[in-house]
Amino acid sequence: MMELKEIQRLEGHTDKVWSLAWNPTTGHAGIPLVFASCSGDKTVRIWEQNLSSGLWACTAVLDETHTRTVRSCAWSPSGKLLATASFDATTAIWENVGGDFECVSTLEGHENEVKCVSWNAAGTLLATCSRDKSVWIWEVLPGNEFECVSVLQGHSQDVKMVKWHPTEDILFSCSYDNSVKVWADEGDSDDWQCVQTLGEPNNGHTSTVWALSFNVSGDKMVTCSDDLTLKVWETESVGTQSGGGFAPWTHLCTLSGYHDRTIFSVHWSREGIFASGAADNAIRLFVDDNESQVGGPLYKLLLKKEKAHDMDINSVQWSPGEKPVLASASDDGTIKVWELTSY
Amino acid sequence: MVSELINANPIIYEKKERRPRTAPSAPHDEYAVELIDQQEDPEHPYSLEELKVITEEAVEVDDQRNYVRVMFTPTVEHCSMATVIGLCLRVKLMRSLPSRYKVDIRVAPGSHATEAAVNKQLNDKERVAAALENSNLLNMVDDCLAPSYD
Repeated sequence: MMELKEIQRLEGHTDKVWSLAWNPTTGHAGIPLVFASCSGDKTVRIWEQNLSSGLWACTAVLDETHTRTVRSCAWSPSGKLLATASFDATTAIWENVGGDFECVSTLEGHENEVKCVSWNAAGTLLATCSRDKSVWIWEVLPGNEFECVSVLQGHSQDVKMVKWHPTEDILFSCSYDNSVKVWADEGDSDDWQCVQTLGEPNNGHTSTVWALSFNVSGDKMVTCSDDLTLKVWETESVGTQSGGGFAPWTHLCTLSGYHDRTIFSVHWSREGIFASGAADNAIRLFVDDNESQVGGPLYKLLLKKEKAHDMDINSVQWSPGEKPVLASASDDGTIKVWELTSY
Repeated sequence: MVSELINANPIIYEKKERRPRTAPSAPHDEYAVELIDQQEDPEHPYSLEELKVITEEAVEVDDQRNYVRVMFTPTVEHCSMATVIGLCLRVKLMRSLPSRYKVDIRVAPGSHATEAAVNKQLNDKERVAAALENSNLLNMVDDCLAPSYD
């Protein structure tokens, strides 16, 4: 039997905690785990694990830059830069200089609230999305310069999340318009196009899509929605096809009946477990169902954690470390760190 | 502000007499209505209860499940103030009820031309959070709610 054991409850934010992101370069080779969290209190906090006690403490508060809610944050693959997206219509880039975080760039251009930011696998491109319905792609230039190379219009409502594919330069966006769009650069001149829309007609969601996450090999993704379902999608091949062209994503299965309020976050671990966090204050974990019959469910509930927080859960993220550690962020202003253990 | 009234001649209903009460530990329907019934329509100096935008029957409180559902009826079906009224109701409940309550706010079925869109917006907490950081909108909400704090 598996159990999600609460390791620590982290206080410090004075408003909703909207999102959190683990530094991908931590948790190995004696480097303590680090993650960032962001909040309606307009700040970003950096949390670091103490290697001897195993407990987390806040080591930095990034404030006085964003003037409104900080909605999401993302570390560059090198772990040196942190990007933060705010309702103040800007995206800030912070550089870690010996433990001190310095705002080295501010990306302006969106008309209103920026909701999400994501780095591509190589750390050469950044994507942002906004209530203004657009998705922007920025090229990372030397000297902490960022140049907008494309503005993608296509969603008919606010774009809730952008996420790059874990290995390919293919961008995914999900929206209040109930769809997920897939964007690819089919030429070599920053000619980004929507190559696929996953919507209601192809077994997509029937309300706002809040988040998505890829499995480790990048051939499956899971999406979560206000329609109270999680959907798993697959593609036949990852990577540029020999003849060029794009391998489309198809609906694999729908998981319903597990949450009874909006599902805000989903995250797939390297071990193949995906976690979901929702407005019902609960966390659910799902795994491959090895015993599934043809046509039956392909994923099964591994465990449910009711009352994981006192209020809505906005973000669940697996750590990059060796142990299966999950962090969750909530409207109750706290972050909880959990360890998945067997008993 | 609104230059032309969307509904120039609303029907005014009598306010229901209610015993004054202090906040009970377990709020029930009547208490929740009382919390919100003194709000003004952004367009008219009448309370939402006098306009029958909100009635006691349209508020459901499930204290066991920490759940409140509010159904309101805009005075006209093209009321462009519906989202503002809904936002006022949500803010009033956010400020009055313990944070453990989940609140769903909807327009009554068939009462609004863009019912689904209004409902979706009112229950998208990210949009609500962003709206409440907009000082113009927040001032409007505070103006509507002011009488309810008398």
